[in-house]
Amino acid sequence: MIKGKAIKFGDNIDTDQIIGAEHLTLPTIDDMVKYTFINHKNFTDDFQQGDIIVGGHNFGCGSSREQAAAVLKKAGVGAIIAKSFARIFFRNAINLGLMVLECKEADRISKLDHLQLDPMTGKIKNMTKHQDYQTTALPPYIKAILDAGGIVNYMRDRPPDFC
Amino acid sequence: MGMNGIEKILAHHSKEKTVRPGQIVEASIDLVMTNDATTALTCDIFKSQLKAEKVWDASKVIMVIDHYTPSNSVESAEYHKRMRDFAAEQNLRYSYESQGICHQVMLENHVVPGQLVIGADSHTCTYGSLGALSTGMGSTDIAVSWVEGKLWFKVPETIKIVLNGNLPRGVYSKDMILRIIGDLTAKGATYKALEFTGELIDDLSVDSRATLTNMVVEAGAKFGYMAPDEKTLNYIKERGREPLEIVKSDNDAEYEKVVTYDVSDLTPQIAHPHSVDNVKPISEFAGLKVDEIFLGACTNGRFEDLEIAADILKGKKVSSDVRFLVTPASKNVYRKALDTGLLRILLDAGAFINHPSCSTCFGATQGVLASGERLLSTANRNFMGRVGSPQSEIYLGSPATIAASAIYAKITDPREVI
Repeated sequence: MIKGKAIKFGDNIDTDQIIGAEHLTLPTIDDMVKYTFINHKNFTDDFQQGDIIVGGHNFGCGSSREQAAAVLKKAGVGAIIAKSFARIFFRNAINLGLMVLECKEADRISKLDHLQLDPMTGKIKNMTKHQDYQTTALPPYIKAILDAGGIVNYMRDRPPDFC
Repeated sequence: MGMNGIEKILAHHSKEKTVRPGQIVEASIDLVMTNDATTALTCDIFKSQLKAEKVWDASKVIMVIDHYTPSNSVESAEYHKRMRDFAAEQNLRYSYESQGICHQVMLENHVVPGQLVIGADSHTCTYGSLGALSTGMGSTDIAVSWVEGKLWFKVPETIKIVLNGNLPRGVYSKDMILRIIGDLTAKGATYKALEFTGELIDDLSVDSRATLTNMVVEAGAKFGYMAPDEKTLNYIKERGREPLEIVKSDNDAEYEKVVTYDVSDLTPQIAHPHSVDNVKPISEFAGLKVDEIFLGACTNGRFEDLEIAADILKGKKVSSDVRFLVTPASKNVYRKALDTGLLRILLDAGAFINHPSCSTCFGATQGVLASGERLLSTANRNFMGRVGSPQSEIYLGSPATIAASAIYAKITDPREVI
């Protein structure tokens, strides 16, 4: 069970905002983490490890930089719930084992609401508002990658004929 | 039921007779491109996590240093050194430095119709202009492809964009793609493919076509594609290459929807901050003061774009109230612009000429903005803070629009000065 408070964002949050171009050549993801969402006070002020990012449509649009998903995972984001995700970010997050779930009802969640997410069923409980939300089921192939903790583990578990 | 070109290329690369939207296929990759925004991360994953030693094919893994070049910090210098070391260790046949933006390098040197190409850059979708299928991926996917030479793909739904009529004077393919993104919205084509067809595509040069496919990712699309024709074949033959396969969509191919435009009454378009789908006709912004103007990027840094700007600026002066930066997309573009006198025209008008690279579009090296400043750019993104201060603003337009605007340091309709 993933528990955390909601860190709310709007539509079209691009990967430049998650981690700016000027930080991408730092040697490691650890070095980059402190610049995560650096210009977003809702994140820099309120985020604590395990919290859940709640976005609108097209979360993670723009650049393919995997550093965006990687710094969020490294910062300890519990999961990302959004009305929809941009394709490359979604794929990067799955590959890294960062839980990303589409939820058409994400608008019903308010800033700092306490959420409880069941990774097995994809059901979200809003403990503050006493509401339940459903998320879109992932295709089995993609769910298997996420369940393995990312594509590297997935490949390690079944090396011979993966692709 | 037939298949469209996108489905055919995916089918041929996954050894399936037919594929349908929604199906997940494992497809072999013809080329994998990476650049200096993410390659080091890919190398880390390749070695430390995948425990791999050699890439699957040293002639198909291509590296380009273009985002932070020439190295602008000790960090980027170290990063470039790691890339050069990796390329040498893996004996990569193609490792480019100071040759230009990765996508332009790929168009000029590698891509041919019928290929499936991936790149660690979201604008990899550009190569559909040459009848290939290409898309951007993150570092982990790229590292896996380096080992396997294949990856999984979800077959996308396709939106067919039919462009009929002739572009009026002063209106270009950049205006067309901005209008399309404005209409589709930034999420309107997420996970989908866009296939471009119609009279306009037949008329456009290979350079102008690449402006269309370059920006499909700004509507969320995975692929932008157009069927190859004589112009495509001439472009690759002039550069000593042959097509892998000429693929055409079947007459009974299925599309999620078909969107038709008559381009004859299109006007110059502007995308305003901070999303690429905030698109309005230029008349809404006429007279807006700008502090910096950028001509370049994988969207509009090609020879034809420099030529459009030079035609407008010949014998004129850029306003002293604006900084006008010009960055050719590749060394070949730079050389041709030098040989034909375009650079001289732009220089005399008052331009800064930069070395071929991603430059101001990437926002990490040249031409970053102070708070409160406004940039008018031919690039593909106007995200908040992408080029410097988060309190700056980015507007996007065509090469003609930015050239006309450079004269007055204000957003100016190019039709007034042509």
